[in-house]
Amino acid sequence: MTTLTKESGAPSSADAGAFLSVRDLRVQFKTEDGIVKAVDGLSFDLERGKTLGIVGESGSGKSVTNLTILGLHNQQFATIDGEILLEGQELVTARENELEKLRGNKMAMIFQDPLTALSPYYTVGRQLSEPYMKHTGASKKEARDRAVQMLEKVGIPQPKVRFDDYPHQFSGGMRQRAMIAMALMCDPDLLIADEPTTALDVTVQAQILDLLKDLQQEFGSAIIFITHDLGVISQMADDLLVMYAGRAVERGSVKEVLGDPRHPYTWGLLSSMPRLDSDIQQALTPIPGSPPSLLNPPSGCPFNPRCAFKSEVPGTLCTDARPPLADGRAAACHLTAEQKQTIFIDKIQPRLR
Amino acid sequence: MSDNLTLPAQQGPVDTSRETLLEVKGLTKHFPIYGGFPIKRKVGAVQAVDGVDLTVGVGESVGVVGESGCGKSTTGRLITRLLEPTGGSITYAGQDITHASRKQLAPVRSEIQMIFQDPYSSLNPRQTVGTIIKSPMEVNGIEPEGGREKKVRELLELVGLNPEHYNRFPHEFSGGQRQRIGVARALALNPKLIVADEPVSALDVSIQAQVVNLLQKVQQELGIAFVFIAHDLAIVRHFSQRVAVMYLGKVVEVGDRDSIYNRPRHPYTHALLSAVPEVTVESDANAKERIRLYGDVPSPISPPSGCRFRTRCWKAQDKCATEEPPLVQLSGNRDGHLTACHFPEDPTTEARAEDVVLDPALKALEEDAETGPVTKD
Repeated sequence: MTTLTKESGAPSSADAGAFLSVRDLRVQFKTEDGIVKAVDGLSFDLERGKTLGIVGESGSGKSVTNLTILGLHNQQFATIDGEILLEGQELVTARENELEKLRGNKMAMIFQDPLTALSPYYTVGRQLSEPYMKHTGASKKEARDRAVQMLEKVGIPQPKVRFDDYPHQFSGGMRQRAMIAMALMCDPDLLIADEPTTALDVTVQAQILDLLKDLQQEFGSAIIFITHDLGVISQMADDLLVMYAGRAVERGSVKEVLGDPRHPYTWGLLSSMPRLDSDIQQALTPIPGSPPSLLNPPSGCPFNPRCAFKSEVPGTLCTDARPPLADGRAAACHLTAEQKQTIFIDKIQPRLR
Repeated sequence: MSDNLTLPAQQGPVDTSRETLLEVKGLTKHFPIYGGFPIKRKVGAVQAVDGVDLTVGVGESVGVVGESGCGKSTTGRLITRLLEPTGGSITYAGQDITHASRKQLAPVRSEIQMIFQDPYSSLNPRQTVGTIIKSPMEVNGIEPEGGREKKVRELLELVGLNPEHYNRFPHEFSGGQRQRIGVARALALNPKLIVADEPVSALDVSIQAQVVNLLQKVQQELGIAFVFIAHDLAIVRHFSQRVAVMYLGKVVEVGDRDSIYNRPRHPYTHALLSAVPEVTVESDANAKERIRLYGDVPSPISPPSGCRFRTRCWKAQDKCATEEPPLVQLSGNRDGHLTACHFPEDPTTEARAEDVVLDPALKALEEDAETGPVTKD
């Protein structure tokens, strides 16, 4: 029958295989100080049932990207260009009522702070069942049963009683569980988790991460997992996208990117954070400077003012030309492949011991 | 289990030659809760800190880790005497400062300084950087050689800022730079002890290392003792020679860095260490144990009786509910490694034969996955 093209290494740029495909996405906001290029030419693919991790610092455009996928930007203030295809359906130009049918149904979101994302005015149960009733036309009774079942699945004790509780009666970890239950109510194909555990304690974070992983196996959803924590991403994701100043700077599988990183920014991230098993005598190597302003990003490679290896690139290539990000496993850097290899082995790897 | 308990709490770090700078004994802070109508009465108390013992040697860096609400920040504020302790004692350089008056504290205040978590709210937006760093000297009437302004410029240079930034305002700086200003302010009085309350957790990952390195430089070059409060276990390990693990207002385990991270005995320390998400580059790296607790930390208003961790502990027995475990040195532990547990774990963090999963939802999902793998097309 049809040829199976599951593991083709490089995500084919043709959108035939990919479940979600983002092509050359640009999001700009007009502000008093000028135009903020929050996302600047971002492309990625996501397969069904896989997890794509997006890491980056604050202001790197990771959250903006995902709000764009959900169509949550006000068109009045944001200029959105490019393509977002969800199973072949174009989302950038889609009308509001089409998006409404998708949101909460085919794609759902888990927000960072469950206390502000849940309405304090309605009971948790009502917030869970409302989208289900709207999307499936289920009765109140059916929606309640479904909600109780989901609450139980995510580990809320006494789900029948807790259904009628308000968000403030839940603890932080339980609220995040309720959020996950809400996102999974309609069995979405795409789940966007925006820093879902950043506000939680480590022991609770570990529970929630494992829960998400197990639920993904059961529901088979594709997940876009946004975080700034490389440790979390290495536990959760299959593929990884490293973002810097609104652009993707490195892409590949988690093993490839974290095990054999090829972009100076990824090197910087890895060597600037201590690990539980790292050598105590080994000083941390911070990335100098601070993230650039998106109002006026540096010319050429946005990382060039902070890059320690700029001198290895001949001429003024780094400040003149923006390095392209090829398809598949790639890094947007002017260094040659051999240079990256030697720098990583000679200078970076010893720091990661 | 009694054979596990040997000597009562032995104070002092491994390096016994170190002089004690700060000693905290049975430190307690209860925040009263008022309620009732029409006359408001005290109806309860948040037992934020409940009997904490801690020693800090001269020039030593002690880390305090724990989850939110475990009382680590309150402990820091009690040590700096920003809060009045409910009970216990704080001895600084041989002087009891537990309930010292403003006047009595004045000479000590300049020696104990604090670095706050949020670099945005801890700097006065209406003062210039120069004024911010200078004011501790003015308040304490200190006139350094060459004038205060010269000293401020030196400090700015020490923390990696341009001395010409003297007349700028905090809003002109990024988060990492602001935290440097906070560090410079703390250093202005040549302190002997700095309490750093989550000094890097509000910063971006790439900036955190800059501030950690700065603090480390300050600690080593100027010989300042640190109480380093953080929830990030890896950063605490990187920074501190000794580490105290807190849970619900109590120290459950304290010891040198190696003991806590490689030979922990308290189940909570085990759970905490196993919950840290780590960048695993290669899957063959020696597997860590996997412990997944259930639920959140209980409320400190009515903490569990006996051992406070028992409600989330997989080894809890009747004894844990009735008898509070003392913080003692268990047999086989190094000097200064104290644990408060009736049924301590083996001193290793390697993977166990069976994972400890207390979360019922997680357990159910994992059992499903094992017994009947549901394949979805």
